[in-house]
Amino acid sequence: MGFQPPRYPWHPPVAAREAAQVVIAGGGLVGLTLALDLARQGIASVLLDEDDTVSTGSRAICWAKRTLEIYGRLGLGARFLEKGVTWNRGRVFHGEREAYAFDLLPEQGHEYPAFVNLQQYYAEAWLAEECAASGLVDLRWRHRVAAVEHRPDGALLRVETPGGEYQLEAEWLLACDGARSPIREGMGLPFLGQVFRDRFLIADVRMHAPFPAERWFWFDPPFHPGQSVLLHKQPDDIWRIDFQLGWEADPEAERDPARVRARVAAMLGPKVSFELEWVSVYSFRCRRIERFRHGRTIFLGDAAHQVSPFGARGGNGGVQDADNLAWKLAAVLRGATPALLDSYDRERVPAAEENILNSTRSTDFITPKTAACHAWRDAVLELSAAHGFARPLVNSGRLSRPAVLADSPLSTPDAEAWGGGLPPGAPAVDAPMLRAGQPDWLLRHLGREPVLLAFAGPGVPAAEAPAGLRRVVVAADERVGTLWDHSGLAAARWGARPGDAVLLRPDQHVAARFHAPSPAAIAAARARMMGEA
Amino acid sequence: MLRTEPRIEDPDGFYQAVMDAHRGLDEAAARRFDARLALILANHIGDAAVLRQAVALAAATGEAPAAPLPSAPA
Repeated sequence: MGFQPPRYPWHPPVAAREAAQVVIAGGGLVGLTLALDLARQGIASVLLDEDDTVSTGSRAICWAKRTLEIYGRLGLGARFLEKGVTWNRGRVFHGEREAYAFDLLPEQGHEYPAFVNLQQYYAEAWLAEECAASGLVDLRWRHRVAAVEHRPDGALLRVETPGGEYQLEAEWLLACDGARSPIREGMGLPFLGQVFRDRFLIADVRMHAPFPAERWFWFDPPFHPGQSVLLHKQPDDIWRIDFQLGWEADPEAERDPARVRARVAAMLGPKVSFELEWVSVYSFRCRRIERFRHGRTIFLGDAAHQVSPFGARGGNGGVQDADNLAWKLAAVLRGATPALLDSYDRERVPAAEENILNSTRSTDFITPKTAACHAWRDAVLELSAAHGFARPLVNSGRLSRPAVLADSPLSTPDAEAWGGGLPPGAPAVDAPMLRAGQPDWLLRHLGREPVLLAFAGPGVPAAEAPAGLRRVVVAADERVGTLWDHSGLAAARWGARPGDAVLLRPDQHVAARFHAPSPAAIAAARARMMGEA
Repeated sequence: MLRTEPRIEDPDGFYQAVMDAHRGLDEAAARRFDARLALILANHIGDAAVLRQAVALAAATGEAPAAPLPSAPA
């Protein structure tokens, strides 16, 4: 059974002028994720989208472990795992041969795998469903933001609907309106970066094929000489196929279904029958705006930054934007200093830079610019088949990794020596636990509020948390009412000994870590984490 | 630190070995050979600072646009 796109009901304006505390412009992946995250924290929002359904076509398909953990916290993790295609393995081919294969998550002991493949429309439909069920998201389909007047205390929006227009006063405007963001363009913010002189045909194909759930990438295959091809499995017997076409290709001619069918048939051979689900021709860009926060208007996702698709960094990066902003905005609305929101820029701009850097490097490898660059690329591939040392140089996409917020103003630097583990700014890492004899996972206990993760062991008590800070104890031995790190993986991954404690932000990034801390030291780090330092 | 004093044992022999390897290669194959050789040598060196200095020295020599000579990282 394939996906049936929902049609959401829309409603005409209820008044000529309305006001809302939080307005989210754009009901795509990032806007819906942000709305649900805010709702989970008890914050209401109005979400405006010009359409009345989910995204169509070839959008994000690879959901990284960190994103799955975020959706796990929002209550959707099980649906991703159940419906999605789990994969850990990739293969790279050069010419007629396999150059090498790689495993993305060689270690066990995580609730979520390295990647799950799932069409973006499923994620959006589930998010919309949960937003509606929360009772805190006012979903306004077919409400288009036609004009914005930015003010020091918010924004005044003119919203158009098929049933007339109205004005909406927003205290906070969260622009999740995509790569062509009308809000960004209306503000005249330069969206600068690099355009790649190459074109790609992206086809989503329905077929019954015996290929495994792996990421296959070909350089210069016999069925598409001189170019690259990517094959990736999605649910519902749909496969994503990406054909590099070169800059000279005519986008109109390449979209012709007969021509696409011939390309796919050459790849799959005569025995595989297939249908085309969706076909598009793209050229790629890597670019961003300089700052994501402009007073009370804040940009997230593709509206703020755009990458080429080879690292699965567009969707995963946008979800991390929402994860980063939602707790800060919720805290500010509850009285935290608005300066906390400046850290969104300080943390997510470098994260976007990292995504753009990786995505640019992958595209440079896949699309060599000169004959000499081409020779270097082919030399790497030739060596990689027989020599392991060349394999780290092969770049068919550096797949999304969570950002380490290394220069965050919210982090308290280590005051003591740590042999390893998770430094300030790093995202929390999962580990298996036993709780009252039952299997459990560490990340499930971290929630959406500041937490002190305190490690205990035989004869060594867990550090005390200051007043008002929730504490989660992980013990090296079995105790009543605590998580038992029976495998020792939590202690190993966090580099923690009994008596150590880690202060975690609501987005589960490390704010500070301590050996045998005093409650006062933890309280000082908590104040800094909330933007008070 | 990139070493730039003469260090190659039997320089004429090394040069001849490279020329011999190039014999019979067309332009594209020759370019790939040179790139393979550079990659093998780069892997042998490994050290990122030395490799950066080597790239900068190569860029600063010959027909490439003039660039300052590399200096040791701080």
